[in-house]
Amino acid sequence: MEFYVISLLNSLVFGMLLFMLSSGLTLIFGMMGVLNFAHASFYMLGAYLGYQVSVFIGFWPALVIAPILVGIIGAGIERYGLRTVHKYGHVAELLFTFGLAFMIEELILLIWGRVALNYQVPASLDFTIFKLFESDFPAYRVFMLVVSVTMFVALYLMLTRTRTGIIIQAALTHAEGVGMLGHNVPRVFMIVFGGGSALAGLAGVIGGNYLVTSPSMAILLGPIVFVVIVVGGMGSLTGALIASLLIAALQTFAVGYDYSLVDLLTLFNIELGSEPLFPDLWRIKIENTGPLLPYLLMVVMLIFRPKGIMGERES
Amino acid sequence: MKLKSLLLFLVGAFVFSIFSTAMAASGTIKIAYIDPLSGGFGDVGDAGQKHFQFMADKIKAEGGFLGGMNFEIVPFDNKISAKESLVQLKHAIDQGIRFITQGNGSSVAGALIEAVKKHNRRNPDKTVLYFNYAAVTPAFTQSKCDFWHFRFDAHVDMKIAAITDAIKDTPSIKKVYLLNQDYVFGHAVSAAAKKMLKVKRPDIKIVGDTFHPILKVKDFSPYVAKIRKSGAQAVITGNWGADMSLLGKGVNESGLKASFYTFYAGGLGTPSTMGKAMDGLRQVTEWHDNLSVEENRPFDQKFRKAYNDKFSNGGKAPWYYGRIRTMMEMLVKAFNKAGSTDPKAVAYALEGMEHTTYYGKVVMGRKDHQLLQPLYISRFTKTDGKMVKYDRENTGYGPTTEFKTDALDTATPSSCKMKRP
Repeated sequence: MEFYVISLLNSLVFGMLLFMLSSGLTLIFGMMGVLNFAHASFYMLGAYLGYQVSVFIGFWPALVIAPILVGIIGAGIERYGLRTVHKYGHVAELLFTFGLAFMIEELILLIWGRVALNYQVPASLDFTIFKLFESDFPAYRVFMLVVSVTMFVALYLMLTRTRTGIIIQAALTHAEGVGMLGHNVPRVFMIVFGGGSALAGLAGVIGGNYLVTSPSMAILLGPIVFVVIVVGGMGSLTGALIASLLIAALQTFAVGYDYSLVDLLTLFNIELGSEPLFPDLWRIKIENTGPLLPYLLMVVMLIFRPKGIMGERES
Repeated sequence: MKLKSLLLFLVGAFVFSIFSTAMAASGTIKIAYIDPLSGGFGDVGDAGQKHFQFMADKIKAEGGFLGGMNFEIVPFDNKISAKESLVQLKHAIDQGIRFITQGNGSSVAGALIEAVKKHNRRNPDKTVLYFNYAAVTPAFTQSKCDFWHFRFDAHVDMKIAAITDAIKDTPSIKKVYLLNQDYVFGHAVSAAAKKMLKVKRPDIKIVGDTFHPILKVKDFSPYVAKIRKSGAQAVITGNWGADMSLLGKGVNESGLKASFYTFYAGGLGTPSTMGKAMDGLRQVTEWHDNLSVEENRPFDQKFRKAYNDKFSNGGKAPWYYGRIRTMMEMLVKAFNKAGSTDPKAVAYALEGMEHTTYYGKVVMGRKDHQLLQPLYISRFTKTDGKMVKYDRENTGYGPTTEFKTDALDTATPSSCKMKRP
């Protein structure tokens, strides 16, 4: 029981962090049709800027300033980089963001060096908020949860209740039509790209000290973000939310089960000999595969429902 | 005109390069340092290179060896890949380098041992000697031992022997949990721990033996919850890098009280990412920051300070590999003893060599080329200005010795049958 409650809470926290990262990516993809390979790099940039600002003036200002900085950088990159590449089609855009990811990593290496940063949870949030059975539940996790839920609600309201949101939504599906109506579609693109980057930056600021802030953090978290948006359905915010929570739960709970294929076969009264074919395959336990399950989920999803959980596009 | 001056320049550069290599050959012995210098482990490889550079400078300042010769460390980036390492080895050999060193990754070390062996069989007049300072798969000095490979780090079985000896003397530990990365090294740690605990403390129950995918887990809290559920009083883990940092953070957050016996809690770059999560973690190493205080060795304190002033980037990446100092000191002795720079002569001189470090005698195994050196299990606590004088990577937490195994006691039975040239 204890394990399940704790795991549920932990998966919720991790899932919301994943969502914060993937929400920007899925919006950018939905709107511009560009799979932004540099998205995790904006997350890394957020963590590094968050660290730097918090060294100068503290964590709380960093929580606001760093994402804004990342957003401005993202908008600038869209305006002066991506937009010029746009006319050469999606492949050029894809390659551009691919190169951008390397550029950002090298830039971070130049400025902050190779050594991982000593970016720690701020003292004001560094306490145990409640005791769950035997375990301490850190306040910082609750804080992460609050920030991410607030962000989701704000983003949702912004997209559905404000005029800007309605234009963005319209541009998602009918970019040309929106342009005909006199709206500045390229500017909408820039806002979305900047906003998406800022969200990744925010995830970096609160995820960087919770996880590890090092030059490899983008590579470590990058692939899973793509899994989230593929499973959730490209371009769908709600889909990204469901997929994030699902994937986090999958990873967290898998650890608790040490069943293997041998156990499954025993259930059906089939016994393996002492030296079966592929001995390792039968002994792999579910707990070992936890972090790989999302990728399996993605493959299964692509086979049976390529548009994802909430996706609307078929291709 | 332009073409002419370009040609002239190229010819000049070529002549210069011939002269400079010829000049270098007379006074320096090049050691190829083949380790990751870019990518996720670039920081670790970079720090290792600085350790070697510092020792090379120190040896030079002290007059060198063989009547004034010096070491030159030549870095080669292997991107921590076995395949890339073989390419880099080839480059090193093509440049006339006869001595190589590497440490990060047993997959790399295994490939290098094989490649060096093959090269030396085919080129008996141009042999290459390989010094391994950190790859710890036991087989390299046991079933897969080779004359051209020397290891200066204690291997998995030796480190686990030290950990299990410490656990043997701690009666309060009744349940042990094993948490390791799912690859050959993690499995070696788990297997050795199970085997040795069974002999040393048959009453101890192994309540968990978990392997997780290497460098893929972002949140260790489910593992921590599982360890708590198992009721273990002690955890043994070989985790390194981000897998160690994130595990440490998860443990610290949840308030889990189990004792963590780790290989690499103090590993380069790990403490700075853990911060206060370092508190209470144990590591098994051949050297640690406060050994000089505990055993009153002011020389070592001066040494540590000299390195840190020069290379640690304000204390962020301080001296770590005590064994690199031992290795370089032993190489000086071996070259002098051999009276030649021939790798074969140096290898024979190194075999069975005894050397006195700041912390007692170490012996290079004659039969298996495995260095026997004292091992310390130390525990991280807040610095107090007295015994816990120095911290690790500016975290405010430093190690204190809890348990020591003498050099000769670290020896494990070796199945090595070496062919000698």
